[in-house]
Amino acid sequence: MQANFSADRPIFLQLAEHLEAGIASGAYFEEGQVPSITEFSVAYGINPATALKGVNLLVEAGLLYKKRGLGMFVVSGARDKLLQKRREKFLEDFVQPLFNEARHLGIGADELRQIIERGLLEL
Amino acid sequence: MTIEVKNISKNFKKTCALNGVSFSLEPNKIYGLLGNNGAGKTTLLNIITGRLLADSGTVEIDGESNLNNDNALSKCFLLSADNLYPSDMKVSGAYEATKLFQPQFNEQYARELAKRFELPLNRKITALSTGYASIFRLTVALSVGTPYLLLDEPVLGLDAQHRDLFYKLLIEKYAENPCTIVISTHLIGEVANLLEQTIIIRDGRIIQNLPNEQMLSGGYTVSGPAVAVGQFVADKKIISQSGLGGLLTVCVQGTPPERVPAGLELSRLNLQDYFIQLMNKEDGQNE
Repeated sequence: MQANFSADRPIFLQLAEHLEAGIASGAYFEEGQVPSITEFSVAYGINPATALKGVNLLVEAGLLYKKRGLGMFVVSGARDKLLQKRREKFLEDFVQPLFNEARHLGIGADELRQIIERGLLEL
Repeated sequence: MTIEVKNISKNFKKTCALNGVSFSLEPNKIYGLLGNNGAGKTTLLNIITGRLLADSGTVEIDGESNLNNDNALSKCFLLSADNLYPSDMKVSGAYEATKLFQPQFNEQYARELAKRFELPLNRKITALSTGYASIFRLTVALSVGTPYLLLDEPVLGLDAQHRDLFYKLLIEKYAENPCTIVISTHLIGEVANLLEQTIIIRDGRIIQNLPNEQMLSGGYTVSGPAVAVGQFVADKKIISQSGLGGLLTVCVQGTPPERVPAGLELSRLNLQDYFIQLMNKEDGQNE
């Protein structure tokens, strides 16, 4: 499981992103319980303090909440919130890298439009 | 609840093993103790646990000197390659004996662990293979219940599956009953994400002792076409660089930038690379 984490960003951020992806995909469903800090630490071979830091990011973002004595649960509405956030970051996360690669390959604006049109037809 | 190591020095005949080593271990943290062979890691751990006497300096465990102090020493458990049990003792007998010296030792848990690792209880300790001798020591260390757990090369000779199992059991134990853990190992990549802080020792001196987050965010690597990388790092402090064909990879000291020019790749330092680079740099300075 350790191999899933890459070296380019802090582990707690990657754990937070993994959790977000899990909520967005429905793997962690709303009002459902997510694994405990111990379970995350053991499964991914990371320090519990790191796991806590990652989980707390989602608590601060209003995506997870704590039920005293029971554990962490997904807030209802968390999935929509995450999908909205991904929409907002679509340009930065997907379109910018596309432009960068196009520039790198010498693909001009018109050619890029054509490629996108073609891609849309194949959907 | 801390261990304070102050100005410890130790010589073996003409060899200086430790030279003015000072640091403290804070409660409930997992530390890495890294250093090349002969750096002084084992000597240091042996001095903390009273198996060796320092030439000078002091070790205080929860405010008490560790010298001839059973109360202080009983709070520390050191896992090391040395066998401290009688040579004809069997695994199960050794568990019973451990209970006499370490009252908090959970014998039942040790037996459960032995089962999970398929360690034969009726085998003599001295007849165990390297890997199983390590497993025996691990089962004791994971069950001993002391506030300080010092692990000197805990996974020596263990196969990948058993190493993975050990790391999982260690985290489980730590998450449920936090204690202060020091792991000395050469398999840095395997433990890097477990460690909260890393102490790096070289030629008997501590050359770095920082929280991992701080250590690893203090630098980054950029790689890409040599000319572009060269321009990017021109005004930066270079830790090391290596080229392969027209590709240049440079390790830079400083806070990683938000983004790098197109065509360059930015990555964080990982603990093992950081350690190797630090050692190479020290080698260079000594030449």
